[in-house]
Amino acid sequence: MDDKIRVLVAKPGLDGHDRGAKVIARAFRDAGFEVIYTGLRQTPEQVVNAALQEDVDVVGLSVLSGAHMTLCPRIMELMKKERLNDVLVVIGGIIPDQDISKLKGCGVAEIFQPGASLEEIVTYVRKNVRKKQ
Amino acid sequence: MAKDVSDPVKRGVQRLGAFTTVSGVPIERLYTPEHLCDFDYENDLGDPGRPPYTRGIYPTMYRGKHWTTRQFSGFGMAADTNERFHYLLKHGQHGLSVAFHLPTLMGYDSDHPMSEGEVGKCGVAIDSLADMERLFDGIPLDKISTSMTTNAPAAILWSMYLAVAEKQGADWKNLRGTIQNDILKEYIAQKTYIFPPRPSMKLIVDTFEFGSQHVPQWNTISISGYHIREAGSTALQELAFTLYDGIEYVEWARRAGLGVDDFAPRLSFFFNAHNDLFEEIAKYRAARKVWYKVMTGRFECKNERSAMLRFHTQTAGCSLTAQQPYNNIVRVAIQALAAVLGGTQSLHTNSLDETLALPTEHASRIALRTQQIIARESGITNTADPLAGSYFLERLTLDMEKGCWEYFDRLDAMGGMVAAIENGFPQREIQDASYEYQKAIERKEKIIVGVNEFVMENEAPIDILLIDESVTKRQVEQLQKLRQTRDNNRVRQTLEALRQAATGNSANMMPYILDCVRAYATLGEICDALRSVYGVYEEPIF
Repeated sequence: MDDKIRVLVAKPGLDGHDRGAKVIARAFRDAGFEVIYTGLRQTPEQVVNAALQEDVDVVGLSVLSGAHMTLCPRIMELMKKERLNDVLVVIGGIIPDQDISKLKGCGVAEIFQPGASLEEIVTYVRKNVRKKQ
Repeated sequence: MAKDVSDPVKRGVQRLGAFTTVSGVPIERLYTPEHLCDFDYENDLGDPGRPPYTRGIYPTMYRGKHWTTRQFSGFGMAADTNERFHYLLKHGQHGLSVAFHLPTLMGYDSDHPMSEGEVGKCGVAIDSLADMERLFDGIPLDKISTSMTTNAPAAILWSMYLAVAEKQGADWKNLRGTIQNDILKEYIAQKTYIFPPRPSMKLIVDTFEFGSQHVPQWNTISISGYHIREAGSTALQELAFTLYDGIEYVEWARRAGLGVDDFAPRLSFFFNAHNDLFEEIAKYRAARKVWYKVMTGRFECKNERSAMLRFHTQTAGCSLTAQQPYNNIVRVAIQALAAVLGGTQSLHTNSLDETLALPTEHASRIALRTQQIIARESGITNTADPLAGSYFLERLTLDMEKGCWEYFDRLDAMGGMVAAIENGFPQREIQDASYEYQKAIERKEKIIVGVNEFVMENEAPIDILLIDESVTKRQVEQLQKLRQTRDNNRVRQTLEALRQAATGNSANMMPYILDCVRAYATLGEICDALRSVYGVYEEPIF
């Protein structure tokens, strides 16, 4: 059985700033993960659908537009509906401190703000991913 | 050049194994006349205001007048941003610069499902002429200059601006300003595209033609390297891809039958200012020289203004840190200094809090003051191009130029920029550079103060601007009211005429768009009409 960690890197919303998403996708690949990148401008439904179809262990959301408090809770809600409770969800982007506890409250495992290192993110995912049996 | 190992300094121990610019370009210990052996003052520099314009496009530069301080702003509803505009003008800003929210940039109205969560966030919400009227309320458009950062729907937002001017009774011939209107860098870097490249290029050429006939003082494009750099390119890639985008626009306009000198004087450029002071200054100086050679050589322009590269600069958003954010004031000051020493025509300085949110009024005032201190206190504006003749800077400028020609040869061989974009070439180059840069930071080969060195634990948070969440509801209500009160027959007729003109693919689209705008058709409706003919662009994943 393939025990590679499968990660979906997703860009929800209208934000086109994909530098971070592309860099982290490459870092995950270099770390030996299987990476699926959604491309730009995905609705929450499309993101969750991709997570389901691709049977991923991790979803990494990248949002820099300020729309995270609308998009991310919706994604978490849809994930629960699809019983994707064991999927680790992390967010990277322009996320102000005051939103962090609210995001964690709806099930996001960790938020990586500007300046987070690739190594820190990769290590976190390795440590916290719950591989499916 | 041969290394003289008997030189005790060269044998001496140095701090690092290799010294490189922020773009990774190796830098030598010392620059001497040997580095400039073929250098010729007249050919390589020329006096300021003289070809090849390396030293600046005006003889007096900032002794004549300072650059235009132009702070980019926009958030919430049109009335909120209107208030910020009045504030900035009162505090000595010369020109306005509008940031639109993402739905406007992507051609969606505020009530479109894709707009949810984005209304008023990254800029101001503009759905129709009614919003544009509110945005410029109390601001006489023939007395100021306005820059609008919009690309895919640039022709539509420009039409709204022209319609507001009409209503104010301002003569279009007196309007000054810029629309960014640079779709190529959207496919390359920023990704706010709507239509596929070819119809997008047609719309842009239409604005060139319309501007040259009706709005002669307007810059119909701002060919932008800013976003290419923000996406992670090197300084050289920013320069080469931007200037080559310029070449592509000129080629398309010529193919459409426009005379080079009819539109080229209205082409303007927009560059980034990153932290590496000398590399950036070299980039601006090389930009003017290369563009002069392109316009006179490749395009045989006759009007000298066609060969003068004018540019706006914005300091590098991507260089700012969320950690110890007050340090960003210093970064912005260094970057602004580079832009001024490089001879910029206008400048936006970023605010210290922009890695966290849109800037507060306090933070944006510090950014504005930074420019005013450089202009009035530093003394660097007393003479034109004060660093000319530095062995180091002149060598960097020559290398930057050489690197540009090499990229141009590769892009020519690919069949131009549209073809290169379709192949993913510039996109891949930038992705590789951005990944390398991030890895260099992780290895601590590049130090970012407060991020991978001199780190502080438990920093106190700073106040940031929060966008009122009721904006969406109020904006959507306003829009729905407009849809009920306007003459919907006229809207339908103008949109149908627009669709037919787009299908015909020969008429200039500007008059049709203007008619739709005057009838209060919304931006989303106009874009939908064009989408139904042009289709939409889906980016392949490179």
